[in-house]
Amino acid sequence: MSITAPEITAPSVDVLDALEAESIHILREVVAEFERPAMLFSGGKDSVVMLHLATKAFWPGVVPFPVLHVDTGHNFDEVIEFRDATVRELGLRLEVARVQDYIDDGRLTERADGTRNPLQTTPLLDAIEANRFDVLFGGGRRDEDKARAKERILSLRDEFGQWDPRNQRPELWNLYNGRHTPGQHVRAFPISNWTELDIWRYIERENIALPSLYYAHQREVFEHSGMWRAVGAFSRPGDGVPTVRRTVRYRTVGDMSCTGAVLSEADTVAKVIAEVATTTITERGATRADDRISEAAMEDRKKDGYF
Amino acid sequence: MSTTNLDIAADTAAPQLGRRGLFRFATAGSVDDGKSTLVGRLLHDAKVVLADTLETLARTSAATGFGGGDGTLDLALLTDGLRAEREQGITIDVAYRYFSTGERSFVLADCPGHVQYTRNTVTGASTADAAIVLIDARKGVLEQTRRHLGVIGLLRVPNVVIAVNKIDLIDYDAGRFADIAADVAAVAAGLGLPVPHTLPVSALVGDNVVERSARTPWYTGETLLGLLESLPTRDEAQAIAEDFRFPVQLVLRPQGALAPGLAAEEFRDYRAYAGAITEGSIAVGDAVTIASPGAPRRDTTVTAIDAAGVRLDSAAAPASVALRLADELDIARGDTIAAAGTLPDSSADLSARLCWLSPKTLHPGASVLIKHGTATVRAKVTAIEGRLDLEDFGLLPAAGLELNDIGAVALRLAGELPTEPYARHHRTGAFLVIDPQDGNTLAAGLVGDRPVTAG
Repeated sequence: MSITAPEITAPSVDVLDALEAESIHILREVVAEFERPAMLFSGGKDSVVMLHLATKAFWPGVVPFPVLHVDTGHNFDEVIEFRDATVRELGLRLEVARVQDYIDDGRLTERADGTRNPLQTTPLLDAIEANRFDVLFGGGRRDEDKARAKERILSLRDEFGQWDPRNQRPELWNLYNGRHTPGQHVRAFPISNWTELDIWRYIERENIALPSLYYAHQREVFEHSGMWRAVGAFSRPGDGVPTVRRTVRYRTVGDMSCTGAVLSEADTVAKVIAEVATTTITERGATRADDRISEAAMEDRKKDGYF
Repeated sequence: MSTTNLDIAADTAAPQLGRRGLFRFATAGSVDDGKSTLVGRLLHDAKVVLADTLETLARTSAATGFGGGDGTLDLALLTDGLRAEREQGITIDVAYRYFSTGERSFVLADCPGHVQYTRNTVTGASTADAAIVLIDARKGVLEQTRRHLGVIGLLRVPNVVIAVNKIDLIDYDAGRFADIAADVAAVAAGLGLPVPHTLPVSALVGDNVVERSARTPWYTGETLLGLLESLPTRDEAQAIAEDFRFPVQLVLRPQGALAPGLAAEEFRDYRAYAGAITEGSIAVGDAVTIASPGAPRRDTTVTAIDAAGVRLDSAAAPASVALRLADELDIARGDTIAAAGTLPDSSADLSARLCWLSPKTLHPGASVLIKHGTATVRAKVTAIEGRLDLEDFGLLPAAGLELNDIGAVALRLAGELPTEPYARHHRTGAFLVIDPQDGNTLAAGLVGDRPVTAG
């Protein structure tokens, strides 16, 4: 059987242009159809790119919603400073939900392993309720994890914030259905279709500023569960574990107690892109202890109302 | 476990962003025809599976009795995402996967083939540039194959690829493959589909997935990956330039709430219409018509195309831009801006095909919401004209539509919409049917040809 491909008659659209157009379309749809949107913003690269897309979507207007950060209390100082500077520059309102407050008054209990990522869910849901947000933008990408791969761009959550992967709305063409009943809310993921490499290429193209720890720097680190951990107030080596000085960078930034650094000499965007393009380890596999716990770690957290 | 360093694979070429853009494709298959294995094989042989994922795969393969050594990986595990899926050995929901070969960046919608096959296939096919349908070489064309092809044809997916899988299990029999290819071609022709690309593969062994197989010398066409890298996208295949269509998402009038750093006097009278170009292209100076539900058509001219502070001379689908117009008109979300003189009259009567995706039965007289472009209007189902017989795609009488049915219906809309037949307008001919009570998506709607109204 002979195969002749149909003629290609039109020029192809650049990958980043196509992804940007799709993300801006989603941001605008959600803002047009919901009453009280907010965007999750941690200062991490995905949320920085998402916020940058929002500035483009609503130009010359200000970004028309507040940003929300669920602070584990174990964040890197430079990321918190970056977060605050960005919010100030863009003239946005920042809401912070603090895990520490919940631990201090006993509503949450510190886990034996010291990891606070799973503890973010309760403060997040409380903040949604207190602010009566009906939709939250999140910087989740489908290439991050098996559970995320099945997430819709607009994902309905019940009154307990839970995700039911077996009962998702079909998502057709570029028509998004954000209808919900009182008590329900929606998570919107405008950068669902971006990969880690797309994100970095876009950061380069748009000249987007990031917290410095995404680039190679010298840091005191120690080995823990197969990862390089920074020495810091919330992250100390166990007895007999030596600390060493290494040139490292972070592929993801989150809670210090579960985010690992990678050995890297990439101190510019171009070098990071070259590194990401040739790495043989997934982003979360390399740097997130909480996703190593089990194959279904992310799935379980998402069902409980996690981002 | 060793400490994670960034293992740079120096000997492999650096994967790049696809230089030829994004290509979206969907897979559809019946239960047990090896679809998960085929997708796993594609990802594995295209060398886009990273080392730690492979390590996990080898461990899990060993634990489930697959051996786990090289060559005995259970590649299906690469795509079985959720715990419930692994426990039941099935795939529940559409999963999206991403990889790039340097030639193209791919978005794969992996659509499971069990009970909710229509729902899943419709979802995946709605955005696909190509659909891959699997056929078990031992079984040939099944009823489910016809259904998948029917849905793909209905949704006008521009490229159809038929992977005749498990070719190893029929001893690479060229005659048997030719018979199946002929059967498929006949079904496709009957459904009005484009000529499918049919190829022999073995997902388990890897024949013709990424590497050309020495065991099928009688097959001279492309490998599966070769096809995916070379087939035209929906936009590329568009032979005739389409007319400009732009559903207005929102009006940008910053006034007091200007982004920091912008001069207030410069933007005092700024007013632009934000949206994504769904079809065609636009240039500054072009004449446009505005269609608003319930209002007469108005004509004006585009004076500026803004992309976040950058003024463009022209823009084309799928760009998200903001348009400024010569006249001060009352334009709102739900209106459509179109190339002057190209938009058919708006109508409150709609004849359509519905892919019914809800467990609730649709009855004649039902009240629903229709979402078309950026407009949402109330509608009544005035008649159910029948449901498609998926054997021959003729119309059977039906009192209602059930989950997975494809039906022909007549709708009466509360407002007039500028709908166009889906067969010719993939984007402006599509709509959602939404439950006004719980807000769930009930159906995928495809606009049919205009009903001929007497008088």
